[in-house]
Amino acid sequence: MANQKIIPVGPYHPLQEEPELFKLYCEGETVRDIKWETGYNHRGIEKLSESKTFEQVFFLVERICGICSTSHPFAFANCMEEIAQVEPPDRAKYIRSIVGELERLHSHYLWLGLAGHFLGYNTVWMWAWKYREPILDLFEIISGNRNSYAMFKIGGVRRDVTGDQIALARKTMSDLKKKNDLLTGAVMDDPVIHARTKGVGVLTREDVMDYAAVGPTARASGWDIDVRRDDPYAAYDMVEWKVITAPEGDVFAKAQVRLLENYESIKIIEQCLDGLEKEPEGDTEVKVREIPEGIGTGRAEAPRGEVFHFVKTDGSNSPVRHKIRAPSYVNIATFRKSCVGQTISDATISLAAVDPCYCCTERMAFAYDWHTGRKIYDGNQLVELSKQKTQQIIKNNA
Amino acid sequence: MEQQSYIENIQQQLPEGATGSQVVRKNRYVIDIRTESLLQMASHLYHNLRFRFIIASAFESKQGFEILYHFSDDEAGSIISLHVIMPHDKPEVDSLANMFSGANWIEREMREILGITFRNHPEPEKLLSEGNWAEGVYPYRKNYKS
Repeated sequence: MANQKIIPVGPYHPLQEEPELFKLYCEGETVRDIKWETGYNHRGIEKLSESKTFEQVFFLVERICGICSTSHPFAFANCMEEIAQVEPPDRAKYIRSIVGELERLHSHYLWLGLAGHFLGYNTVWMWAWKYREPILDLFEIISGNRNSYAMFKIGGVRRDVTGDQIALARKTMSDLKKKNDLLTGAVMDDPVIHARTKGVGVLTREDVMDYAAVGPTARASGWDIDVRRDDPYAAYDMVEWKVITAPEGDVFAKAQVRLLENYESIKIIEQCLDGLEKEPEGDTEVKVREIPEGIGTGRAEAPRGEVFHFVKTDGSNSPVRHKIRAPSYVNIATFRKSCVGQTISDATISLAAVDPCYCCTERMAFAYDWHTGRKIYDGNQLVELSKQKTQQIIKNNA
Repeated sequence: MEQQSYIENIQQQLPEGATGSQVVRKNRYVIDIRTESLLQMASHLYHNLRFRFIIASAFESKQGFEILYHFSDDEAGSIISLHVIMPHDKPEVDSLANMFSGANWIEREMREILGITFRNHPEPEKLLSEGNWAEGVYPYRKNYKS
């Protein structure tokens, strides 16, 4: 403890530029412990929800996160339909799954780009974000927005996906497959990426169970869980796909899981489009007149893992209590395991590996001197350290 | 029927202390327990049945302060919630954070927003409101006025 220094990362995070403070307790170059502080931007959404009608809550929860904006309405819809005991028609289920998977694709590309950037691989960053654009364009055509799509309502969806849109979605998916091949090859076969990510930030299966981590973070540690398969909702039990896992638990495994999940998402979307074409005149919603008194739990597999909503109702048109658990809330806590024992330059990519989403969780990171409390590194300097390490490996390999 | 036997089976395996169980809907179960048996019950679900802790939802009602500890049985696709009720004048329960780290943050959060005390919490610092919120003000209590 005597020789430890604290390195603060935040309140503006080096990776996402959102408010959050991580304190890395370091001994020389090695991280010995990590603590975090949050609450810089607490928006009180759960409390706010109690003052909204059920229809309004959809727009509220959609604004929890700017990246996976559909996963919260998705879980909330599942929750409310559980309380109202209704099931959306098949067409609505297909559309919901298409929106959910398109979101997973663009979110995974966003992560891949950022991870590339932090490793000093700006080509991967630019490619990944370039290939993400057609997905956002497709969203704009389907929903009118590149983000916050407002597609969900209790009992169904607010907009249909029709002829021309289906054809465009098919073309976008077939183009994306080739691009995903290219990116997967670029990442999986690169010896420098291997050197920077293999064996780095390792989480064992026991670690993820202890922290109750979810999504790619859990699946990359060999824990085979996915709400889409385990507790099926929307059209996930009507199409063929598989859950991707990897046993290693390091940063590379997390990248691998996400890249391979992209193929599964494309497969799901294509099958859902077949379903829409088979029955073009189907309903997109069932009418729900009343929400009875009761409790409900709804979950949906967001790009970062399971989103969980709990709602208690009393027969009125607003929730009495609305509890929301975003996946980053449980995934970020695993930093304590993944960063400890790592060097400071690897801490950046280990923090980024769980794809932390602060607007969902709202909590930040810095490097401080343990004795004087003086700031040693800020966010940009930490990213710079990580880039220098990659350059060094490239130089050594050459 | 199948649902009923699933939850009865779990309840039978539980140590003494469960006061009742209900099938809320398909694959959704609530087991009512006494506050003093929470540690034993949670340990059985987590260690023996290998259920995954999802999160805990707390709220204030006429009966007092209620917490639902949600666990996921991923093999069966079901959610089992342990339900405890604490009196208004003494909202206190044992901490689960020593059993699994997943409960660490949510218990600190519940303490800050509702004023529930978690006995033996390993890290009883504030999570959300460090330096920002007034002491003894709990925004999710029913008598809170903004």
